[in-house]
Amino acid sequence: MLKRNPFRFLIALAAMVTLVIAPAYARVEININKGNVEPLPIAVTDFLQGELGQKISDVVAADLKRSGLFAPIAKSAFIEKITNPDAAPRFEDWKVINAQALVTGRVTQEGDGRLKAEFRLWDSFAGQQMAGQQFFTQPENWRRVAHIIADAIYEQITGEKGYFDTRIVYVAESGPKTARKRQLAIMDQDGANARGITNSNDIVLTPRFSPNKQEITYMSFEGNEPRVYLLQLETGQREVVGNFPGMTFAPRFSPDGQRVIMSLQQDGNANIYTMDLRSRTTTRLTSTAAIDTSPSYSPDGSQIVFESDRGGRQQLYVMGASGGGQNRISFGDGAYSTPVWSPRGDLIAFTKQSGGKFSIGVMKPDGSGERILTTGFHNEGPTWAPNGRVLMFFRQNAGAGGPQLYSIDLTGYNEQVVQTKGFASDPAWSPLLE
Amino acid sequence: MSRIHAQAAGRMQSIARNPIMIALFASLALAACAKKPMNSAGDLGLGANAATPGSTQDFTVNVGDRIFFDTDSTSIRADAQATLDRQAQWLAKYPNYAITVEGHADERGTREYNLALGARRAASTKDYLASRGIPASKIKTISYGKEKPVAVCDDISCWSQNRRAVTVLGGAGM
Repeated sequence: MLKRNPFRFLIALAAMVTLVIAPAYARVEININKGNVEPLPIAVTDFLQGELGQKISDVVAADLKRSGLFAPIAKSAFIEKITNPDAAPRFEDWKVINAQALVTGRVTQEGDGRLKAEFRLWDSFAGQQMAGQQFFTQPENWRRVAHIIADAIYEQITGEKGYFDTRIVYVAESGPKTARKRQLAIMDQDGANARGITNSNDIVLTPRFSPNKQEITYMSFEGNEPRVYLLQLETGQREVVGNFPGMTFAPRFSPDGQRVIMSLQQDGNANIYTMDLRSRTTTRLTSTAAIDTSPSYSPDGSQIVFESDRGGRQQLYVMGASGGGQNRISFGDGAYSTPVWSPRGDLIAFTKQSGGKFSIGVMKPDGSGERILTTGFHNEGPTWAPNGRVLMFFRQNAGAGGPQLYSIDLTGYNEQVVQTKGFASDPAWSPLLE
Repeated sequence: MSRIHAQAAGRMQSIARNPIMIALFASLALAACAKKPMNSAGDLGLGANAATPGSTQDFTVNVGDRIFFDTDSTSIRADAQATLDRQAQWLAKYPNYAITVEGHADERGTREYNLALGARRAASTKDYLASRGIPASKIKTISYGKEKPVAVCDDISCWSQNRRAVTVLGGAGM
């Protein structure tokens, strides 16, 4: 009875529909494959007890709101004050304010100092509980618990995994363009807990997460020798990847985390190599008198998409993981670059330059179904949320002093600024941390 | 907040900071079509005699340390050939210098591709200098992609100055 009305049905996404049938008992649901979804009104009540409970519920509501799929109702509109989050709420009070879903919860401190956070998700109109879970964590991780709860609510109602308990690694930029300082920084996906992870005057670029979430691969100009590096997030330990005779750049991990794939520049040409992180052996995958770069694995590791100007302007190509069968997949008007394979495997996101504009778009791995999500003076470098629903990228407007991060739904709706303290570029989304 | 500040101040601030850039813009305005090296003594209004012969300043001011490229191109233009010929003559006269050719791209491309494009420009510059008798073993190359613009505005007048290869005496990063 609470199913959302279809707005714009996107043919490109029709194949996913069968994946999102919610469990039978969940009457409140959002079909997120319907383009411009009308956000679901939801009431996220303050968790008991006190300030921390309120902060957690605020983070949960903010996550849900930013997804564009939920419309949290202002707390001032609430009629019932929840005093016992375990008891059924007065559903009539919530129906009156059209709170189709309702979240209640409690945070308590365990004897060993840990936080215990519990929540329940209610369907007001069906008058029943949809979900209830509890989590334990250290008190300083309260924001993570809030993100995990938001993920659980998102998954319960949309039928797909959430992406709130994730981090973004990016390049934090400061100073004038002619003397720009860049450092790697990491933050929660909502912009909280931002901190620098490098601090030198060397140019650092294109950080990317390992699937194990503990390592970053990136490029640094340390010692005027531009090379791909590995960085252990916990220890800060860094090392150069491989022993290559020229500039290495455009690194990414393989989906199993065992290899780094990157470009090696030799004279005027760039070709694609991998290095096995255990055996340290390197393998050459492309061999052209052209610029082959920005390689990205398919999630099953069997294929690689990359860009090449072997045919003139930059275009996208797909090849087998050993370098065989290199086929061009982009044929539209303009230049295509920075391809990134979706974690779901169904789409490839890219930057497209055409008519003096820079766009972010997606196409199927066979090159069909191209859709542009956003266009402007300069948009670049998409990265996928782990559920393959949301993309982040960086944008620089004409006349702006530097770039900023943005996120956008796969449908092209719900474009949002991702707040950072200064300028920011090259975002890379982590897998779910759980 | 930073965004508002940046939009208001970005263009002028970065130009105003650098007196050389002001000179470059002035010369551009006066001779928009002249494809002369922008850093030659006449353009900058500096006295050629100010530099000690054989010094870095002599090289930069009297010879010209940089060449410019067309969009997405790595071929050495005629005006660039003249500059590189002067560079080769000067370097033959002062053979103690090793050089680093820094390749750069404008901002109208993606970051990773521009790193490779800058490297390709540095490589073609190196090849040209080598063809004019400078030992290749004395020429290092490095690409900074689009990361080190010298001219900061959002139109062609700046982009054309950022698509460059700069010959640096004595090594990279100077």
